[in-house]
Amino acid sequence: MIRVENLFKSFRSKPVHKGVSLEVQEGEIYTIIGGSGTGKSVLLKQIVGLIRPDQGEIYVDDKRLTTLSEEELQDVQKMIGYVFQESALFDSLTIGENVAFGLRNLSDTKEPKITEIVREKLALVGLSGVEKLKPAQLSGGMKKRVGIARAMAMNPKILLYDEPTTGLDPVMSDVISNLILEVKKHSGSTAIVVTHDMKAAYEISSRICMLYEGKVLEAGTPSQIRFSNNPIVQQFISGSSEGPIPVPTIDLV
Amino acid sequence: MEEIKLGAVYSVGARILLLAQSCGEVVALMRRTMQWFLRAPLDRRNVLMQMAEMGARSFSVTSLTLLFTGMVLALQSGFSFIKVFNEPLYIGRVVGVSIIKELGPVLTALVFSGRIGAAIAAEIGTMKVTEQVDALYTLGTNPVKYLAVPRFIAAITMLPILTIYSNFIGVVGGYIVANFRFQIPGVVYWDEIYSMQISEVSHGLIKSLAFSLIIVTTACYKGFKTSGGAEGVGRATTSAVVTSMVLVLIGDYFLTALLTALHIG
Repeated sequence: MIRVENLFKSFRSKPVHKGVSLEVQEGEIYTIIGGSGTGKSVLLKQIVGLIRPDQGEIYVDDKRLTTLSEEELQDVQKMIGYVFQESALFDSLTIGENVAFGLRNLSDTKEPKITEIVREKLALVGLSGVEKLKPAQLSGGMKKRVGIARAMAMNPKILLYDEPTTGLDPVMSDVISNLILEVKKHSGSTAIVVTHDMKAAYEISSRICMLYEGKVLEAGTPSQIRFSNNPIVQQFISGSSEGPIPVPTIDLV
Repeated sequence: MEEIKLGAVYSVGARILLLAQSCGEVVALMRRTMQWFLRAPLDRRNVLMQMAEMGARSFSVTSLTLLFTGMVLALQSGFSFIKVFNEPLYIGRVVGVSIIKELGPVLTALVFSGRIGAAIAAEIGTMKVTEQVDALYTLGTNPVKYLAVPRFIAAITMLPILTIYSNFIGVVGGYIVANFRFQIPGVVYWDEIYSMQISEVSHGLIKSLAFSLIIVTTACYKGFKTSGGAEGVGRATTSAVVTSMVLVLIGDYFLTALLTALHIG
């Protein structure tokens, strides 16, 4: 479904990816873990075509993204829903307009049907009756759920979640994790989830891969990752500051 | 010593390269805006909202600015003519030419730049740093089409309209002083205003149209280039205002020279 081959990406000569390769099968929830600054979100943005890689290939549904024109890329983007880290809801629009945005701009769906879809998607994320509110009137968790509803509105084949549980309390994190599973059950879509939250990763993933120093360090099922012999993986999943992962130090003068 | 000299040369070279790159990007943005403007169906609701916003935000400040500019011009020219001719002649002519050809378009553009340029850069910049611009892409909408085109249409419509309105307010300001301070009959003052030629009025309006292009393109460009959170938005906003004001003032000279050479006004 999604294939990333030997991907390289640098920003201002600082390398982020140094040969990332991975393959996501249809219908699975593939979770990418890794420390801050390892390029997890950058990888998602390259898969959706927001950032072009310096080198390497990305295939989505057998379409090679790096060779597509802007119009062809837009066709690929139509089958991908993207849930942003900070939700990225449009401040000037109501919740209903946010969820309906893709449908109004990308499809020929008639207005009564759009209203029905918006209501259905918001109900699925447990937010009925908020259509008329503005994003500023919602809590962080509610915004995340609206972001998921917006990404699902077009019934995409692929859903990309960029740190869906970051900044939420443990209960709300669990609500979002269950929602990701619910969405997959409901739509059968393939999902890539970027997260630091190991509890969520174990709960929702079909497979987990860890990015480290610009490459995929290890990939496997949740239990393979949990019982990995790699000390770097073990340090990361246990959240310990002791181990082979260098910890940036702050000199307080 | 040699190293310091080389460092300075590199620094100047880097700045020139950056400037050239920015100019190229501005032109590319303008081209893409024009392409979307010509090929995409007009988002009437969005354009009308932008026009109302621009009008409402600039209306009071431009009124105040031009009213007092017209009054000051009448006062200054009245006293100057009294010194030379012993009576306040040609106040209408001086106020008319100054306001309609020069001060109306330029001052309205400067106010517009401060109010609207800042608002555009801040709004698009905030959308950029909160990933709303990325979200537009993922929802199949080109940000230039959705954000730049409506603002572009609204700005090139509203700035000339605001300029016509400001010209009128400036001339009225001149009339108030001419009539009440120098006792010049209204018919004399307005005759001098009406004696202006169409080409003189066009001169100001052509400049106003060019200024609107400068302001909206600069503001959209700075907005789309924003990075670095709230601090970045602040920087982009200030930079949009300062850059567009400077470009308006520099552009004013070259446009005046060009229009005069073409015998427009």
